[in-house]
Amino acid sequence: MNDTKKHNEEEVKLMKGNEAIAHAAIRCGCDGYFGYPITPQSEIMETMMELEPWNTTGMVVLQAESETASINMVYGAAGCGKKAMTSSSSPGISLMQEGLSYLAGAELPAVVVNVMRGGPGLGTIQPSQADYFQTVKGGGHGDYKLITLAPASVQEMADHTVLAFDLAFKYRVTAMVLADGIIGQMMEKVVLPPYQPRMTEAEIAERCPWATLGKPASRKPNVINSLQLLAEEMEEVNLRLQGRYREIEKNEVRYEEFQCEDAEYLVVAFGTMARVCQKAVEMARAEGIKVGLLRPITLYPFPVDRICHYSHTTKGMLTVEMNAGQMVEDVRLASCGRVPVEHFGRLGGIVPSPDEVLEALKTKIINR
Amino acid sequence: MTINDIINPANLVYAKTKVMNDVPMHYCPGCSHGVVHKLIAEIIEEMDFQEKTIAIAPVGCAVFAYKYLDIDWQQAAHGRAPALATAVKRLLPDRLVFTYQGDGDLAAIGTAETIHAANRGENIAIIFINNGIYGMTGGQMAPTTLMGMKSSTSPNGRTVPLNGHPLDITKLLAQLDGTCYVTRQSVHTVGTVRKTKKAIRLAFENSMAGKGTSVVEIVSTCNSGWKMTPEASNDWMVENMFPVFPMGDLKNL
Amino acid sequence: MKEEIIIAGFGGQGVLSMGKILAYSGLMQGQEVSWMPSYGPEQRGGTANVTVILSDERISSPVLNTYDTAIVLNQPSLERFESKVKPGGTLIFDGNGFHKFPTRTDINVYRIDATEYANANDSAKTMNMIILGGLLKVRPIVLVENVLNGLKKSLPERHHHLLTVNEKAIHIGMDLIKKVN
Repeated sequence: MNDTKKHNEEEVKLMKGNEAIAHAAIRCGCDGYFGYPITPQSEIMETMMELEPWNTTGMVVLQAESETASINMVYGAAGCGKKAMTSSSSPGISLMQEGLSYLAGAELPAVVVNVMRGGPGLGTIQPSQADYFQTVKGGGHGDYKLITLAPASVQEMADHTVLAFDLAFKYRVTAMVLADGIIGQMMEKVVLPPYQPRMTEAEIAERCPWATLGKPASRKPNVINSLQLLAEEMEEVNLRLQGRYREIEKNEVRYEEFQCEDAEYLVVAFGTMARVCQKAVEMARAEGIKVGLLRPITLYPFPVDRICHYSHTTKGMLTVEMNAGQMVEDVRLASCGRVPVEHFGRLGGIVPSPDEVLEALKTKIINR
Repeated sequence: MTINDIINPANLVYAKTKVMNDVPMHYCPGCSHGVVHKLIAEIIEEMDFQEKTIAIAPVGCAVFAYKYLDIDWQQAAHGRAPALATAVKRLLPDRLVFTYQGDGDLAAIGTAETIHAANRGENIAIIFINNGIYGMTGGQMAPTTLMGMKSSTSPNGRTVPLNGHPLDITKLLAQLDGTCYVTRQSVHTVGTVRKTKKAIRLAFENSMAGKGTSVVEIVSTCNSGWKMTPEASNDWMVENMFPVFPMGDLKNL
Repeated sequence: MKEEIIIAGFGGQGVLSMGKILAYSGLMQGQEVSWMPSYGPEQRGGTANVTVILSDERISSPVLNTYDTAIVLNQPSLERFESKVKPGGTLIFDGNGFHKFPTRTDINVYRIDATEYANANDSAKTMNMIILGGLLKVRPIVLVENVLNGLKKSLPERHHHLLTVNEKAIHIGMDLIKKVN
């Protein structure tokens, strides 16, 4: 554990977003990572294999035979009350939808990272944000939600990994870190989180009394299960889940604002696009256009109230997304038709540049 | 013998294992599942592993296995039990971890998970009930359905052009370097029940000794699905299933 | 101070690692840095490029359309990025294999024949350090001392004996770079 002490110094490092996730997971006491290689996120598992955390924290890292196996390994580990995670990119996440639904049905805490690439199909390995719908509107079968964090920097890749575990265990849900290829592949400065010890079995038994650790004589068997054949019982599970989602919506909305105080127009963007839009806002301000940027950090729960607020104070909104217009639907819902809400995006792995965004703001909103 | 003689503990000749819950089973009369459940429960008690066992239930007739054994369970998505078991055993290496799967679960939808868990030599035991049919969903064709055998999705009998050949996945698993013990048993007579118990016990001991993956296939009947009486099913199994899925150890290291 | 740089060339020319060294140097100098590669199969033999931003302030967009400085190491990269240099900005090219040359007059164009030098002196592995030296001569955005510190930090210890070779390459690059307009 000499390494632990060394790593604990708060040091600014330069690394890729994918690498930051791997480091952060090990440091926050993750018990198990199960994954399958896919570009542009393979550095997550590669970094873990390089760091060999099984020799330091005791964390298990396993390359599975498929994304299907990965997510079900996460289910098995989470069922034991362990901090378990997987990561993939869009096509692999599609393959995991079954497991995500089962995790929700079995009320298990888990962390999944999606470093999005362009689709549909095998698509491209270039960055995309086209899995917004899949992530925040379900994806798998049944009524369930994933807490969705949208990092916009390498620092947030690390921070959101830690936060995702905290939220997952707080609410017994899956938390998705929804990044894109750029945040995964780019290098920036990052301060890694401090080491936390992994939970002991006694701590798990106390924090997660539902966990399958082996049944002591003192309690009834624990059964991790999503099967309820009686409709009345299935409804009860659903109502419990919905209650939890309402709590999440009340407590966990996160967003960041840039130059919104006097904004006449609002740009809404997440992840990499929020970074590009910030530059576009700077350019617009230099031209005297009063525009602000709202960056949802949680895509679910969505900052509905904040958007609603700006629908009273601005003249129009533009969402900028690397997709054909997905989050724009939530912005429209939240703004209740009070102001025009338009979408600008590029598809299939193309990243809009700041001047394209500024141009779209002018043509689609300001001079419409 | 009066009732008082019968309940006198001094006259006790047999007691249900405490690992078995006192609830009626949903299995059809004549089904092999109940017998295998009981054997597993007895072994867990005999090994004193009730507090240290995590079992993985499949999708199929045994989906409710967790109701019958008084141990911790995880219920898996269809075919994924070996993936769950892999993670559970790796994170809790001192526990007994086994999957309980049918032929559809293990040899069709879960083929990849089964082969790769076995190939990695995960220290788990796989209990595989092979009755050549999908029992729970109403008697559809399984990967292990015999040639010419009728099912609701092969109403005129399985044919090669339409359905391909029955899959002997146990033979395949025996070839993998990760498996240490692969055996095929049945539970249709007192003698075979005893042999199966020994086989399951060895599989559990192997996994606790870290020897790799053990697979115990139990060739079974599905009298409802086969549309026969339990007795006729046993005869039919011996006559038709055993030549294709012969009894005995395929591997024992 | 803020410098937005694109480095582009063939995979295998050390484009990404040159960017990485620059980013580490910025880190050593206490700057905000971002390093954003074009990633994917094109790294193997096709065209590769990397955007490096060094700034005193928080960096907003890692994705840019125009650059203060472009370093282009092959013909397709010149054609793609010459027009993307901001007026008054800097374009550096390695003339090896070029048949069409930069035409803009509103930017500062420099030529550095690093490939030729490296081939003649059997030092292909330091080619990108020669170019980096050339860049630092005309755009002294980081101190050579910090480049070496950055190298020390990013290189595994078993390669630290190469530091002096790299330092020499930087100085060779500083001598080799020539203004062409």
